[in-house]
Amino acid sequence: MTTGRAFRPTAGRPDDGSAAAAHGDADSDAHSDAVISVERLTRVFRRRGDTDLAAVDAMTFSVGRGEAVGYIGANGAGKSTTIKMLTGILAPTSGTARTCGLDPMRGRRELARRIGVVFGQRSQLWWDLPLGESFDILAAIHRLEPRRAATRVGQLIELLDLGPTLAQPVRSLSLGQRMRAEVAAALLHEPELIILDEPTIGLDVLSKARLREFLIAQRREHGTTLLLTTHDMGDIERLCDRVLVVDHGRLAFDGTLSGLAGTVGAQRVLIVDLDRPTDALHGIPHTRWLGAEGEGVRQRLAFDAADTTAAAVLAAVAERATLRDLSIEEPDIEDVVRRIYSAPPGGITG
Amino acid sequence: MRADLRTYGLLARAGFRRQATYRLALAAGIVTNSVFGVIRASILMGAVAGAGATVAGYDERAMSSYAWWGQVLLGSVAVWGWSELADRVRTGDIAADFLRPVPPYLSYLAADLGRGALALLVRGAPMIVIGSLYSGMTFPAGPVEWVLGLVSIALAVAIAFLGHYLVNCIAFWIIEIRGILLAYGIVATLFAGLYVPVHWFPDWLRALAAATPFPSLIQTPIDILSGYAAGPGAARLVAIQVGWVLGLGIGAALTTAAGRRRLEVQGG
Amino acid sequence: MANREGSWAAYRTILRSRVRAQAGYRVSFATDLFATLFAGLAELTEVYVIFHNTPRLGGLDFTAALLVFALANLTFAAADLLVGHCDRLPTYIREGKLDVFYLRPLSLLGQLMTSEVSLRRLGRISVAVVVLAIALIRGGVQPTAATIGMLALAITFGTAIMAALFVAVAGLQFWLLDGREFANVFTYGGAYAAQQSSLVFPDPVRIFFTFVVPAAFTAYLPTLVILGLPGGDAASPSMAWWLPVAAAWVWGVALLAWGRGVRHYQGAGG
Repeated sequence: MTTGRAFRPTAGRPDDGSAAAAHGDADSDAHSDAVISVERLTRVFRRRGDTDLAAVDAMTFSVGRGEAVGYIGANGAGKSTTIKMLTGILAPTSGTARTCGLDPMRGRRELARRIGVVFGQRSQLWWDLPLGESFDILAAIHRLEPRRAATRVGQLIELLDLGPTLAQPVRSLSLGQRMRAEVAAALLHEPELIILDEPTIGLDVLSKARLREFLIAQRREHGTTLLLTTHDMGDIERLCDRVLVVDHGRLAFDGTLSGLAGTVGAQRVLIVDLDRPTDALHGIPHTRWLGAEGEGVRQRLAFDAADTTAAAVLAAVAERATLRDLSIEEPDIEDVVRRIYSAPPGGITG
Repeated sequence: MRADLRTYGLLARAGFRRQATYRLALAAGIVTNSVFGVIRASILMGAVAGAGATVAGYDERAMSSYAWWGQVLLGSVAVWGWSELADRVRTGDIAADFLRPVPPYLSYLAADLGRGALALLVRGAPMIVIGSLYSGMTFPAGPVEWVLGLVSIALAVAIAFLGHYLVNCIAFWIIEIRGILLAYGIVATLFAGLYVPVHWFPDWLRALAAATPFPSLIQTPIDILSGYAAGPGAARLVAIQVGWVLGLGIGAALTTAAGRRRLEVQGG
Repeated sequence: MANREGSWAAYRTILRSRVRAQAGYRVSFATDLFATLFAGLAELTEVYVIFHNTPRLGGLDFTAALLVFALANLTFAAADLLVGHCDRLPTYIREGKLDVFYLRPLSLLGQLMTSEVSLRRLGRISVAVVVLAIALIRGGVQPTAATIGMLALAITFGTAIMAALFVAVAGLQFWLLDGREFANVFTYGGAYAAQQSSLVFPDPVRIFFTFVVPAAFTAYLPTLVILGLPGGDAASPSMAWWLPVAAAWVWGVALLAWGRGVRHYQGAGG
């Protein structure tokens, strides 16, 4: 049992030790159509005067065409190393990675035409030139036909609201503007796969929202595949239909976001506003009473999505009191991820 | 007074320690300096050979010594570029320096002396070994000259620093002084005698160089350490260096005060 | 073929933008231009000072030394202008610029070489050109096929040799990182050695700067041909005609070093 920490959202499925070869929900079983396919991918870093470090350890997963996958984990869990291997920057120690059907190392230049990458910390723009010129240069690099380039740049400028910044040198852009410009630069050549490494880091709420909306629209229109690393769970919730959690170089989870929450037992919280002060709502099946405000007018109940549904809980509450309003708090995913990390090996079994 | 000395001692030690961390860089520096030493010694010795027996009192062995003592001093005496003060004036960080009890030129000088001492040990000393083995070096005649030689290195480090400090002070009045710093470095390198001895200059150029503190940076310590100057001659050279340290030091104090007033007037 | 033309177009666009970027900072650019010109003059002064004291250095008189100085400076400054930034590879790695190169459909080395153009070196180049003219006139050089041909060969392949040194050093930088100063032996050391008569060096040094780092091919050997000097000690003028071979040799080494360096980077992860 080499992957003691690996577990699945689908309860009862045996852990075969191959760390989520293909996950159940999406259509990535059709291996031939996988945009990313990674098999027992391993990367060991030799450290002088220290033990070797397996930054990525026998990882296996694949991402199908059109999927949007969040790739999350703590700092140093192996996210950047994986991305570097997927884009040809880093050679695997063992195992294979194929991106868009290509060997990323040997087919780097061909691959570069078909993927768009944004590294949050490293800019692909020319800091001392006006932003517009960066787009011109990138269009030349990707050999876009002038008319097509103009159309595409026009689209991106409009959608990402970059018009006013085109004449400004890149170094004078705000972080939000620069990040939108980076995304535009990565999408100029209409790549079939977008890899975003911490695209919203440091952005204000409005900039984040604008960027996410844009990405959602891009995927809807072009069917672009998306791989996203982030610390921002809002990114995952809004953009991704599948989550890969990496921990110590290993795949710790592969499934849907709600599945992730369900697996580690993270609970959703139902908040009900009642028409009059009411006694504590103890004893609602499969719930735990968390507390009350305003003499019981507002009460909070935690429940597990695996055991019951919000509708069932509501029905039970409605039998005891009259509802005026309600809201549901989704589980805090960062908390969920933290719980995966802190779990003892094999400790969480869904 | 004792507390002040302690402060300077700590600052010097910090400068010393900061350098020691870069071991690979030091090894690379030693190799590089050796190769440049070989090239420089070849040129200077070739020039003496071309002229006959001696040039301005230097024979081939003296020229070899000249080239290698230059390599010894290169790491310690910072003939080139220092712009920290100008950078701090531009960013406004200089205000924090003024809040400290130690005037900025003294604290920087202490750190630079520490840096210079370490560079002499780890980058300079190996050059003495390599130079002696490769093409030969000459040394001071006696203990007095040795002491004078070491003192002249310390004074050269101080002159190099104070000169740069004064040029940096221009930043109190002019924002962009990069060009001035570059020009200063180029002139200093030429007049210090790093590549060709100042004694070889034609009279008019030598007179020009002698009017600057630059020969005190490289030419003077080499003259004393290689035994080219000895006894009263060596003492006179050190006296000139002391004169430059005092002159530049007073200049640094006055300019710093003026610069500070200027910042206060501007409300910086 | 279409592939290659597309790449050239991309590189041209990148280079044009680099030139424009420098034009945008006029004062700073003028300052740098003046500084490299001034530095060139200072080095010229050193040559002058030496010949103020001696009639000959390494078998060359002042005129011949000026020609060596001019050719060495011209070729080195031209290479420095074009690819001098290559020896700043550790900075590129630290800032993540190299990783960005991987994400573009162009060769890594091509992108590194075209990522900057240091037009400020024109200051030093202009000093070299003026000194070149003076040396040719003082030397009474007749415009024969041999002298013109050698001059053209020296300038083009000499620049190629110096450029190859920068590329080779970029390859080494993948290993050196903190020890980047070591690379100066090949670039600045090569340029410094190139400015001298080969005959000033003892045999091992001369062999190193002739056959390993072919610095002697950029200035000293062509000068022997152009001024009709005999050379000596296994440095014969006829060797100068092997300039293209010397350039091919050093480029071969440079590309090998670069290729190995890239593989090391991909293997080590920076």
